[in-house]
Parts: sequence; C-alpha cells; structure tokens
Amino acid sequence: MSKAAVDVPMKGGFSFDLCRRNEMLSKKGVQPPSFLKTGTTIVGLIFQDGVILGADTRATEGPIVADKNCEKIHYMAPNIYCCGAGTAADTEAVTDMVSSQLQLHRYHTGRESRVVTALTLLKSHLFSYQGYVQAALVLGGVDVTGPHLHTIYPHGSTDTLPFATMGSGSLAAMAVFESKYHEGLTRDGGVRLVTEAICSGIFNDLGSGSNVDVCVITKGQTEYLRNHQLPNPRTYINEKGYAFSKKTGL
Amino acid sequence: MFISLSTMEALWWPWSERIASPSPVTAASAFSFRPSPLISREFTRSTKRSSSALSGLATDAQTLYQRLVFRHKLYQLREERNMKPETFASLVSAILYEKRFGPYFCQPVIAGLGDDNKPFICTMDSIGAKELAKDFVVAGTASESLYGACEAMFKPDMEAEELFETISQALLSSVDRDCLSGWGGHVYVV
Repeated sequence: MSKAAVDVPMKGGFSFDLCRRNEMLSKKGVQPPSFLKTGTTIVGLIFQDGVILGADTRATEGPIVADKNCEKIHYMAPNIYCCGAGTAADTEAVTDMVSSQLQLHRYHTGRESRVVTALTLLKSHLFSYQGYVQAALVLGGVDVTGPHLHTIYPHGSTDTLPFATMGSGSLAAMAVFESKYHEGLTRDGGVRLVTEAICSGIFNDLGSGSNVDVCVITKGQTEYLRNHQLPNPRTYINEKGYAFSKKTGL
Repeated sequence: MFISLSTMEALWWPWSERIASPSPVTAASAFSFRPSPLISREFTRSTKRSSSALSGLATDAQTLYQRLVFRHKLYQLREERNMKPETFASLVSAILYEKRFGPYFCQPVIAGLGDDNKPFICTMDSIGAKELAKDFVVAGTASESLYGACEAMFKPDMEAEELFETISQALLSSVDRDCLSGWGGHVYVV
C-alpha cells in the first residue's frame, strides 16, 4: 500500500527514514557534514544564597569557530537554568523540550518547578537514547527545598554536587574550583570564582573561548549576566576598513 | 543503481552563501553556484520579508525546500499572515532535528526582516543547531574562507549599496579559492 507523500505533522520524536540512505552515501564516499559543537567550559557552584552557573560563549564546527558569542546557559524555568555542552543541536533541543514539559507541569500542579523534576526528565530522555543524544549538562536552580546543582552526562547518569564543571575545559575550571572553593561563599565571591574558572577554561582550552556568561539564581530572583566579562576583545582593527567603490563594473 | 549514483554526484552543489545585515532596514544575501536550472528552487522567497537558502547535497536541498514551502503555505492558511523569520528559523530547526540520527546533508541560511523591520539572520548546521548572529552568517564548502573574508570586510551599519559591494567582494574572493564553488553569485537584498 503506498504511503501518501504528505508532510503531516509528526507525533513527535525522531524519524530515522534517511538512515539507510546516509549509510549508503557514506559507503560511496560522501562525507556527512560536521555538527556544531559547543567545545565549552561550563561550571556551577552553590553559594550561601543559591546557585551560580557560568559558561563560555564559543561554538565550534571542527577547528573553526562558528559562533563567537553563543548562549550556552539555557532557560528551563524561572528558577532553574541549565548549561549545555556537547552537540549544540542536542543541548538546545533537549533543554527546550524539558523546559516546555516543566511549563506544562507547572500549569498542571500550580506550583513552582523543582530542580529534581527537570533532572529526572532530562536523565530519562538521555538514557533512553543510550548516549546518542550528546548533551552534557550542568543543571542548577533554587526551589522550595533549597538550592540544587546537578551534572548530567550524555548516557543519563547524574551527580549532585556543591560545585561542578563539564565540557572540554572542565579540567581547567575544576582546578580553579578545587583550590579556591569553600562553603558559604558570598554572591560577589561566587561570581568572581565562577568567572575565574571560566577564564581558566577560555585561555587554556582550545574548544572554549570568547566571553563569560554568568547566571545567579537565588530564592525568588534570577539574574542572567550575559557577557559578564569580555576578556577577548577584537584588537588592532583597521580604522579605514575596506571601502569598495560603488558599482564596481563586472 | 549506477544511474542514480552518478546523478547524485553530478548534482552535488556545494554552494557558498552568505548573508549580512547591518542597517536597520536591509538584509542582503548572496549565493554562489554552478549554473543549473534548479537554482530558483533552492532559494525560497517564502515570504516577502524572509528567505532562506540551502547549501549541501542537492537532493536534500530540494526536498527540504519543498517541505518548507509546504509548511509555510499551511501556516499562511491557518494564520492568514506570513511567518516571521524567527518563527521560520525555529521551524527549519525542528524539521532538521527530527532527522537527528539520519540527517539531511544540508545547511540552511535564513535571512529576513522581523517586527519593525529589524533584520534577522541565522544559519544552522545539518541537525538544526541555530546560530544567530548580529553581523554575518556563512554556510557551504567555502565557509572557512568566507568566515575570514567577512570578518575582515564587515562593518556595522552599512547602507544597502555598500553592503551589496561588501558582500559580493567577500563572496567572490572566497569562492575563487574554492574548487567546488564558482561561476559567480546572486545577491538578494531584502
């Protein structure tokens, strides 16, 4: 029976109908296009009043910087934000999806979302795809039960930590955290520490770069400091620029 | 089997395309391509104010183009208005991400004017990761040279004439250094 070739809105989820063709193409030598990755340094820490998340802003496509100022701290709920590392499309899609599920849940229950709800939704989605959805996340937020910080790995395992780093620059950032973190940080101390950790990732890791984004979440208030620090300005710009005379005849 | 294979290879059009939008009222997009009768299809003028171009494997570019035109027409029937470019970008992203594990070999570039004639440009990789930019976006086989050329030649707040020149020069210089692109370009100023 022939299928109607009509693009009816799908029920949802992934469609695998091009897989066989793509496999055939790669056997014939056609290279699949590379994906946008967020090489990344993402960090989170718990301070005395809540959670601070930080991220760099470079998105890479192979060795090329595709986006010098992308946003890696994704909104999940007014009191929950999530930083994403890995394949850019996966982190964006998974955080958008869970964000809408949380909104529906809020309408259903009439209560503020809890961080563990977001955590469970994310981990069950990632686990069911067995790590093929490559999103490594740092999830943080403050709800009625207090501040929480979790890391979620692409295969679906999670950790609950007082400070966490993920991404290719995670070792550089963790070095800073391990030496300077202590409990009971103030807001300014926390933001300074997060910025230092991200800068350490930016300058020591090739996959991270550009600017620092910070998000401070406390009970009842969230501050998203986009481009909190710009340690990599474009220097030595030619004043004259390139001036082309109009209508160069071709 | 042989025939379909050779057709596919002949139809691989690695294009370079680039869109830049500086001033508040114009967005210009430029494409380079090998001559082919199917060019007009690959460039969708989906609304008067937004357009997209697709680079990559030709068969996927055509299929994607047809799907997008279909979805846009449905939207127009339902909503009785044109889609904003931001919405269109989300639509393209969703369609591409649906095929996450068997993707279309296609990178779209979307440009248009949103509310209040604010220019909007965005590109995506083949699985729909949106990359919004304030200055320029590039896609295609010569994308690496285009990044360099645009980075050097772009200035904020250019007028339409100057933008047209800049975009053409950047495109042509990059394309001249790429074997897989060539034969000139089309520039669309929105």
